[in-house]
Amino acid sequence: MKKRMLTAVASVALFAGAAYAEEVRVYNWSDYIDEELLTKFEEETGLDLIYDVFDSNEVLETKMLAGGSGYDVVVPSGTFLQRQITAGAFQKLDKSKLPNLANMWDVISERTAAYDPGNEYSINYMWGTTGIGVNVGKVKEALGEDAPMNSWSLVFDPANMEKLAGCGVHFLDAPAEMIPAALNYIGENPDSHDPDVIAKAEGVFMPVRPHIQKFHSSEYINALANGDICVAVGWSGDILQARDRADEAGNGVEIAYFAPKEGAQMWFDQMAIPADAPNPDGAHKFLNFIMDANNMAAASNYVYYANGNKASQEFLEEDVIGDPAIYPDEASMANTFTTTPYPAKVQRVVTRLWTKIKSGT
Amino acid sequence: MRRLLLISVPYLWLLALFLVPFFIVLKISLSDTALAIPPYTPTLDLGAGWAGLKGFFAELDLENFWFLTTDDLYWKAYLSSVWIALFSTLLTLIVGYPIAYGMAQAREEWRPTLMMLVILPFWTSFLIRVYSWMGILSQEGVLNQFLMWSGVISDPLMILNTNTAVYIGIVYTYLPFMILPIYAALEKLDISLIEAAEDLGCSRFQAFWLVTVPLSKNGIIAGCFLVFIPALGEFVIPSLLGGSQTLMIGKVLWEEFFNNRDWPVASAVAVILLLILIIPIILFQRNEQKQREAEG
Repeated sequence: MKKRMLTAVASVALFAGAAYAEEVRVYNWSDYIDEELLTKFEEETGLDLIYDVFDSNEVLETKMLAGGSGYDVVVPSGTFLQRQITAGAFQKLDKSKLPNLANMWDVISERTAAYDPGNEYSINYMWGTTGIGVNVGKVKEALGEDAPMNSWSLVFDPANMEKLAGCGVHFLDAPAEMIPAALNYIGENPDSHDPDVIAKAEGVFMPVRPHIQKFHSSEYINALANGDICVAVGWSGDILQARDRADEAGNGVEIAYFAPKEGAQMWFDQMAIPADAPNPDGAHKFLNFIMDANNMAAASNYVYYANGNKASQEFLEEDVIGDPAIYPDEASMANTFTTTPYPAKVQRVVTRLWTKIKSGT
Repeated sequence: MRRLLLISVPYLWLLALFLVPFFIVLKISLSDTALAIPPYTPTLDLGAGWAGLKGFFAELDLENFWFLTTDDLYWKAYLSSVWIALFSTLLTLIVGYPIAYGMAQAREEWRPTLMMLVILPFWTSFLIRVYSWMGILSQEGVLNQFLMWSGVISDPLMILNTNTAVYIGIVYTYLPFMILPIYAALEKLDISLIEAAEDLGCSRFQAFWLVTVPLSKNGIIAGCFLVFIPALGEFVIPSLLGGSQTLMIGKVLWEEFFNNRDWPVASAVAVILLLILIIPIILFQRNEQKQREAEG
């Protein structure tokens, strides 16, 4: 009896071990992939794909720094990636397992190398800008025909915000993007790490704060599409997804995205493999699968974000590659800025300021 | 020996589920942040033996607790949480007592069904129920649509993302915790006591106020603690239903942990929260004990 029990335990352990090796666990942003790709990956590789989502870099970072997340592929944005590499959270990519690296676009790789020198730890998944999404009808109703929809003054000028409050305004709950946007608006260096300069952002937010309905980083997609809110500071592709959902619902809501003329932050979401990933081999297979030109194009066509994959461009639909809100022309590209990670002391100043902006305390 | 074993069970329970986690949090609250995995230092290295242990304790300090006193955010958040928890406990009592009273007054054969109805919502995930409230309370939500349709209001009410929504969420979620202990107390109530009071000249309301309410006191106290204690540290309800101005310690804790990556300060916030909670928990225990003694 005892012996039989032992065999049972051993076989369960074996089975569990085998099952584990066949799984790839991916942790990506919400609303960020064409889900048909997930099934396609399972069919092509025979691996079980477990796909979870998050909506803030902070949540991902806490999981990475706690260690033992159990994920094989995660998708931090540039500045967060850089800090987590320093903390030792990721393993170097085995480029021999990634033949599709040849598809990548040097214009983007050069920029992401600022966060991950030599792109040793990560590949670019998608990139975009942080700007303003508007419900065109409602904003014109509130502010008139000449509403400054392509300017940060739409959300940072108290006179405009007072009129918009009635139809609902959401801001991203992402201090590392909102504070640079405010600094850029008042002509300061958006990437400043000087606490005195950062403090100036308070003067931008405090007067408009009472008119902000919510600080949240994913609810605005549906809220814009349903007509619950009329303005959201958000990520380019998310707002374009809201536009599409509204079109599909046929509810007469017209959504548009603007990368403000004063300058918009450009960010890069990078796929990387945690140092303690249970299945690094499967993770490489997933990265290589994603870098396939057809697959990457399918993802971009679905979520309306630009990608860092040159070869995928011929498979992109015209309303993606041809839309300057997604693939900005050179002039708009020049009108973007990037940021670098805050050191711990400055981070505390930023978070404290953000709490004050959000809660008034 | 057997007696000792029996006594040790609750203590082992307490040790495993309360004291051990508490000391882990306390330990982190005494350390410093670091950009590493895990993001604090020092970490206990038992391999280094006695010297390692000594070095570890030498590096701990109360700095993070001092830090909490330098910024008024923290005590404001604690106070505001206590206030929100107190007010929603009161609301829950006002809503819950009549329901419990009605249940206890209902015909015997109806009671199990009514009890079932109170418990039934627990069969659905808590998160889904909070999300449904978002659907009900939002600008274009069911409630506003109905009120506009019926002509009560002409502009949609702003309820979601305000403190009102937080109160609604807490009252809704914790209502069964209030109803059940009060119902248990009221059900045991001897009806002849009310009859006696009325025979002696009490009006129905007086009889209720002078007899029923005092006799259900223990149920009320138990219900209030069961609502107040979890509401104080509530995080999910304020973050989903509340707006940016809703200041609760659960959210502050989240920010220390996630945005600042400052586990030591986050742990210090948690330790203080626990100390605040210990007072009502002890009061609750005392009440329970008194009740047991009275019954025994």
